[in-house]
Amino acid sequence: MNGEELTEQETALYDRQIRVWGVDAQRRLSKSHIFVSGLKGTAVEFCKNIVLAGVGSLTLNDDNPVTAEALAANFLIPFDENMGGGGSLAELCCDSLKDFNPMVHVSVEKGDLSSFGVDFFEKFDVVVINCCLLAAKKSVNEKCRKLSKRVAFYSVDCRDSCGEIFVDLQKYCYAKKKIDETVECQLQYPSFEEAIAIPWRSLPKRMSKLYFAMRVVERFEEVEKRKPGETSIADMANVLKLRNELCLAHSLNESQIPDTLLERLVVSTKEFPPVSAVLGGILGQEVIKAISGKGDPLKNFFFFDAVDGKGVIEDISTSTP
Amino acid sequence: MASGEQLSAIKDAKVLMVGAGGIGCELLKTLALSGFQDIHIIDMDTIEVSNLNRQFLFRQSHVGQSKAKVAREAVLRFRPQISITPYHANVKDPDFNVDFFKQFNVILNGLDNLDARRHVNRLCLAAGVPLVESGTTGFLGQVTVHIKGQTECYECQPKPAPKTYPVCTITSTPSKFVHCIVWAKDLLFAKLFGDKNQDNDLNVRSNDTASSSDNSEDVFERKKDEDMEQYANRIYNHVFGHNIESALSNEETWKNRNKPRPIYVKDVLTDEPLQQLNGNLETDNNNFSTLSAMSYLGLKNPQDIWSLKENSRVFFAALKLFFSKRHKEIGNLSFDKDDHMAVEFVTAAANIRAASFGIPLHSLFEAKGIAGNIVHAVATTNAIIAGLIVIEAIKVLQNDAKNCRMTYCLEHPARKMLLMPVEPFEPNKSCYVCSETPLLLEVNTKRAKLRDVVEKVVTSKLGMNLPLISHGLNLLYEVGDDLEEDMVANYEANLEKVLSELPYAITGGTVITVEDLQQELVCSINIKHREEFDEEKEPDGMVLHGWTQAPAVEKKDAAATNGASTSTTSNSVPNNLEDDDDLTILESGVETISSGKKRKLSDVSNPEEKRAKKVPEQIDDDIVMLDDISKENENSR
Repeated sequence: MNGEELTEQETALYDRQIRVWGVDAQRRLSKSHIFVSGLKGTAVEFCKNIVLAGVGSLTLNDDNPVTAEALAANFLIPFDENMGGGGSLAELCCDSLKDFNPMVHVSVEKGDLSSFGVDFFEKFDVVVINCCLLAAKKSVNEKCRKLSKRVAFYSVDCRDSCGEIFVDLQKYCYAKKKIDETVECQLQYPSFEEAIAIPWRSLPKRMSKLYFAMRVVERFEEVEKRKPGETSIADMANVLKLRNELCLAHSLNESQIPDTLLERLVVSTKEFPPVSAVLGGILGQEVIKAISGKGDPLKNFFFFDAVDGKGVIEDISTSTP
Repeated sequence: MASGEQLSAIKDAKVLMVGAGGIGCELLKTLALSGFQDIHIIDMDTIEVSNLNRQFLFRQSHVGQSKAKVAREAVLRFRPQISITPYHANVKDPDFNVDFFKQFNVILNGLDNLDARRHVNRLCLAAGVPLVESGTTGFLGQVTVHIKGQTECYECQPKPAPKTYPVCTITSTPSKFVHCIVWAKDLLFAKLFGDKNQDNDLNVRSNDTASSSDNSEDVFERKKDEDMEQYANRIYNHVFGHNIESALSNEETWKNRNKPRPIYVKDVLTDEPLQQLNGNLETDNNNFSTLSAMSYLGLKNPQDIWSLKENSRVFFAALKLFFSKRHKEIGNLSFDKDDHMAVEFVTAAANIRAASFGIPLHSLFEAKGIAGNIVHAVATTNAIIAGLIVIEAIKVLQNDAKNCRMTYCLEHPARKMLLMPVEPFEPNKSCYVCSETPLLLEVNTKRAKLRDVVEKVVTSKLGMNLPLISHGLNLLYEVGDDLEEDMVANYEANLEKVLSELPYAITGGTVITVEDLQQELVCSINIKHREEFDEEKEPDGMVLHGWTQAPAVEKKDAAATNGASTSTTSNSVPNNLEDDDDLTILESGVETISSGKKRKLSDVSNPEEKRAKKVPEQIDDDIVMLDDISKENENSR
């Protein structure tokens, strides 16, 4: 036990969850600072979860104006024929989230994600980016890694009825509870760039097909200079061509990246709300684990597909053969 | 995003949600976002502060209001175009009958107790409406799909029995803290503040040789000339001193056990200025909700473990506060986890008893969790489970039953999976709820009364709400609002009759029909006469065959009480959630703690093993074999 005690108000509000993770974890949560960029449905689910959990602060970044589409996927923004009266997504979400839990400091950071330097991220313990381009994922992850303190990095994407979470906790030590003893555990995470650079043929067999499919689509968007999700059925031919090239280069059988799966990712790029809820829930749980130091953290990819219903963890790191 | 067919199935659907709590809030939000247009929602509860950490549609200002109604308003703020119909009512109300259920395309359960789940299951079977059932506790959760004739019903698999404790463990030989809690709550608290006419196994006799005439006297009766101070001291000395002393006199009991230590007031509170406390009690405010023994004593942190002395002081302060400030309630109180002073009293009494028996003491926070049987709950698991419910509901609406899955949300991955889908089980051919298989009741028809059968079988085991019992075409018993007075009297008289002496005698070989008109469930029960029953093994004095209950699951103390539970419950998958029923005491004198409604993954692993071979044909090639799951969970702990 360290630091000050929880207030009576906190104890009453957080009673049920303190029974899950303990007072110590609750105290650590209340001192943590989270940054979220990109407020699509999945990120919004995540924000709700960690504001309810009682983190210290949450900083939101998304300058996009409220569109009909954004409104449809967002339960934080009250319905408004004027589309939020000109406010940005982050500003409108901020108002609602403050209301969820007055004990959490929620604020907005304006600006383009790419404009934030290394120092900017030092203020945070956790950085989450939602629906970003390959370049942004690499660069924000690298910035987090340059800091002397550990800033946990997460990226989350949801398309159609499936999605992916990536986790980089760098070097992470935690106490693992066995039946009678507590063992010190240490995990070494690769960066996003390092992870995706691992040759596909050296990855374990039965790797989730979504992993490969996401890499193809990500690469396609980068090559074609598209925004995330800015793809359509017209792109399928080129996406398949890219798939074949990548499979050839990696000596991977093309059947590992089925056409149907790629088509789902390329054509229906909107999030499916139940899947956002699932991914936002898993991500929330992982962030709570990482902050509290309780429980085995996810290493280092998570995939969910509503079609088969499986939520799978894949360890894609340099250290594994 | 959803496909065209999905969207039209969603748009045309009329769905009923039962429960607007932890899962319910998440579910209503996800349904609305997914495009559902016509949602009905039943919940009898009102909002409490401890809901606000996860039931995100509610705010501090809503405390005390109907969950169903507030949830509706909150969702309409971002989805004003859709129709949400709230019912602030109990799903067991007769208004929610089979016809009511028939208007829906699918029923979605987010309930917190076994009783209501069974009730909804039966209505769904009777109405022929598919049911998506769910539950969470901590990081664990599950979603199951029940379609009549195609998958198992909710009651096809036996549900674990509530944990029971032999009465002597509670009254004489506690070995765990939970035994002390049950004693403090169901015996001591009930004796002091509850209904005086209720049976209570607490020893209330003082067998002091000095006053043999007092032998028949109940020491809990306050004497006329006795002030509060004297009374409180006498109770303390009796339950923690005298009763232990007399238990010690039975040497046989302690041959293989550690002997308890009697504790008397004079041993603990030597220099105690209790008068000072009295002074405070007289002058301070009368607001019940802020009455607290702790705050009078300057104890602040509910997470602290109090010393024996502190517990004793809390015991006295709470006892005196009850008698001085809440005197009117005495005789009518039953333990309520939200009654702060009741929790203080039970914590203190349980701890003093624990100290006697060398059992580690616990904080108020922990004691409250055990006494109130509080189930752990976090927002994230509820959000995940709600997402999975909607995914299954959409398959049901598209008549895509073959692709429905039951999904477990795990804390530790099994075969790399945190979310594990399993093919639904087929209906259990001998399930008395969905298969019309007759039950067999062994009973002494010359001794047992109809009342015994109603209470021990029909309501408790078969879970019937408004039962009707008949022998051939002749009615023996019925419950309902619209009965003639003479019929009611007739049925009342029947209740007190021995089975073989009923107007239409029930004897060996008789077949009786037991039905619930609301649930539209009909069971045939073959009666077999049997003379003797083993009092210990068959405390009901009757045995029902064809009805099974899984073994009781003992609530792990650690998991129940502290935050370190995250790694101790890895493979138990719950069937209940959130504020569940309190500890109860059974008529037979056996303590029960209703923690056992959780269904362990290992409990369902047998049927899974049987079916495991079948699974790969249905799901794609990298499906796991299920028989290793329990093992793997063990390893990951």
